Amino acid sequence: MSASPLPEDGPALGLIVNPVAGMGGSVGLKGTDGPRVLEEARRRGATPQAQERAYVALSRLAELAAPLRLVTGSGELGETPAREAGLDPLVVHRREPGISSAADTRALAETLASRPVDLILFVGGDGTARDVLGAVGDGVPMLGVPAGVKMHSAVFGTNPRNAANLAALFLQRSPRAPLRDAEVMDLDEAAFREDRVSAQLHGYARSPYERHLAQHAKSGGHPGEDGSLAGASRQVAARMRPGCLYLLGPGTTTRRVSEALGVPSTLLGVDAVLDGESVGLDLDERSLLGLTADHETYLVVGVLGGQGSLFGRGNQQLSAAVIRRAGRDRIIVVSSVEKLAALDEPVLRVDTGDDDLDAQLSGYLRIVTGHDRSTVLKIST
Amino acid sequence: MSTQPQEYQAPVWNEPVIMEMGYPGRRGVVFSDVGPDIESRVGPVADLVPAGVRRRQPPALPELSEPEVLYHYLRLSQQTLGMMGVSLFGTCTMKYNPQVNEELAWRPEVTEVHPHQHEDTMQGTLEIVHNADLVLREMSGMDQFVFQAGGGAEAAFTNCAVVRAYHASRGELEQRDEIITTIQTHPCNAATAAAAGFKVITLMLDENGYPSLDALKAAVSDRTAGLMVGNPDDMGVYNPEMKEWVRIVHEAGGLCFYDSANFNGTMSKIRPREIGFDACMFMLHKTFGAPKSGVGGPAVGAYGCSAEVAPFLPAPLVVQDGERYHLDYDRPQSSGKIREFFGNVPVVLKAYAWVRSMGAEQIAQASDLSVLGNNYMEKGLLAIRGITRSHPDATSPRMEMTRYSVQTMKEETGVDVHDVLNRMSDFGVDPAWTSHEPWLVPEPFTPESGEMYGKEALDLWVAVMQRISDEAYSDPQIVKTAPHHQAIHRLRPGVIDDPDTRAMTWRAFRRKTGR
Repeated sequence: MSASPLPEDGPALGLIVNPVAGMGGSVGLKGTDGPRVLEEARRRGATPQAQERAYVALSRLAELAAPLRLVTGSGELGETPAREAGLDPLVVHRREPGISSAADTRALAETLASRPVDLILFVGGDGTARDVLGAVGDGVPMLGVPAGVKMHSAVFGTNPRNAANLAALFLQRSPRAPLRDAEVMDLDEAAFREDRVSAQLHGYARSPYERHLAQHAKSGGHPGEDGSLAGASRQVAARMRPGCLYLLGPGTTTRRVSEALGVPSTLLGVDAVLDGESVGLDLDERSLLGLTADHETYLVVGVLGGQGSLFGRGNQQLSAAVIRRAGRDRIIVVSSVEKLAALDEPVLRVDTGDDDLDAQLSGYLRIVTGHDRSTVLKIST
Repeated sequence: MSTQPQEYQAPVWNEPVIMEMGYPGRRGVVFSDVGPDIESRVGPVADLVPAGVRRRQPPALPELSEPEVLYHYLRLSQQTLGMMGVSLFGTCTMKYNPQVNEELAWRPEVTEVHPHQHEDTMQGTLEIVHNADLVLREMSGMDQFVFQAGGGAEAAFTNCAVVRAYHASRGELEQRDEIITTIQTHPCNAATAAAAGFKVITLMLDENGYPSLDALKAAVSDRTAGLMVGNPDDMGVYNPEMKEWVRIVHEAGGLCFYDSANFNGTMSKIRPREIGFDACMFMLHKTFGAPKSGVGGPAVGAYGCSAEVAPFLPAPLVVQDGERYHLDYDRPQSSGKIREFFGNVPVVLKAYAWVRSMGAEQIAQASDLSVLGNNYMEKGLLAIRGITRSHPDATSPRMEMTRYSVQTMKEETGVDVHDVLNRMSDFGVDPAWTSHEPWLVPEPFTPESGEMYGKEALDLWVAVMQRISDEAYSDPQIVKTAPHHQAIHRLRPGVIDDPDTRAMTWRAFRRKTGR
């Protein structure tokens, strides 16, 4: 390891470039998870894109965030694009020949977390996000420069430059860039290649996002995303009817409902509540169907990811059969207006694997956005 | 007037706040003792203040001489930008307030009237209020106006109170507990509906820039109490389907309220009643040339409605009975008081004077100019690198304002909308307004040209934007570190968003900062 001369103070940024991220996409492989797929991608003529995207982000960062202590791995893991962007990184990890890119990502992430750094900026896709999250958990904030094939996680900037803008704001400790829990999702690539979409929610990372602050009196008075969601969750909890079963989907929004009820919950699983008591945690489809047999059933779900997914992404336990037991009128959707306003399109998506059910679910659905506040959005398949 | 941007230097005084100024014992005015003659007639002067309201400790006020106080506030006034340059502040409809109208409002016939006077002794005042009512009826098609509300949001609340009373009179209030609004209607509509106890359904926009009819149909039901909507909306987008909206809500049994605060682009062109609305609201301090006096008043939100809804208006109404004017309190179905008395008369007077001096033809022309000016500016602004328009492909025209975005500029240069706004002030131009929350358009700004400024002022505004874009793409640090010529460099962001740090009083400031 070579210790480069670094500014004594200033924020520390950890950088992880996944050199093979995105290679599968250009040659129709829908991802680059695992050495065999990578080999096939190379055979089909794929070229690395991560270096270029890392360079674009780092060049912007070099303009915006000086002084900056950049800590990264050797060569394509970060050192090369950093030097090209005019930055002088400290290299704390060297590539081992023959090791997979995923193992490299995890090893570098662990080293960065132990230094520690203020933020890990990674260049890759959902798979890279998973690897970083797996190595550092929610101990170190992370932010993604989008360079993968699949990017369903909520930890990515919208493009390399925007990711750099946000990283700079966060490193400057701007109150405009606070942290939040962001979904890390990944598709099962093998299924995806067979045109089956099976997305799993792997966890929540601490990730910065850009918040709009009041600049003058005219924009004041807004209770904010957090306050609105707290109000919505308390109201959903307070209105639960006796004798009815409530199935709470995965995510931070529904976790607030559990907190309002004072019952235990799982972040990634489906939990069940009856008469204010927890009657099951992290249930699978079979257990859920068993519980629904005896009770009128309501589903309480949040909106997952930037694509507005309601069913079929990260909450497959709420299967077509479970949704049918509840019925369309007993689906309670909770989301902040801010999240809905940031959707790629103003629609919610369902993909239950049951075309008839998807068709029945389509049309407008009420969404709870705050205490006594709601909106309607179209459901699309 | 030059249409080329010229950098300007604001006075820099580094004034402390007044609470940190002064010297112990210094006084502005020193009063002499009352003396034995007066004391013998009125007794001990201190006893004139009842014991129960007397201070135990003297107030902690700054101690300054009179000229020191005058210098201080003169300096503060020099350090503000407001309305000193071109000010195209979207949704605010900034207008000049003619001096002659100010002079009228300061005449003793206005200043020395008290609302507790007998109506026989203020016939002239009541005549002005009634005539203003007649003017607004003509412009809106409504049957009765009330001026009680002290601002636009209070007029929106008036509507909620009237809607409540209307449904209560039909025994349907318990069932009808939902009010529908849209995400680009001014947020005071949702807020006042919630304050009045209604549940609020907010419709989102579709690709045309306004909510779809299907979304409205999905939201209405037998629980619908009413619709509260602005048109054009907060982005200057006019919803051409509004007649159908009103029909759908009426069919469901709800009342329809038109927030016509942003009336400049449509005044003399449409009447809210003719679209079918049951009620509407005008801000006299906005469209009608009376001062804004700071957001929150003293101002007037004139609320008008149809004859069917009029019994539920707050009392009193100013009515004409043959030759005489009365304050009509005898309104058994009234929703009660919104505010004391019958309106801020000086504001009503100024609005009435503005309307009378303009006349119908010039009001129509002012509306044309405000739409023309906005669309003229749009041509210039969209030619500037890094600036785009909301809903770029929507065919609906922009009326009196347009929402733009510098998202492209931010992605390409790192310069965001607040950097641009800060830099604008270096050229003596008031920073543009961004958007109400939540931001549906990223990095937004919303100019409203109005009818007051000449073409050269609009050209200057566009030229300043062109200059800032050139700087962003050639040397972004100039913009990112702006302002360079202002009284204060940059405010630390976030302080007023955090309840732990924002302070509305000196005492709260000291408590929260530990000073």
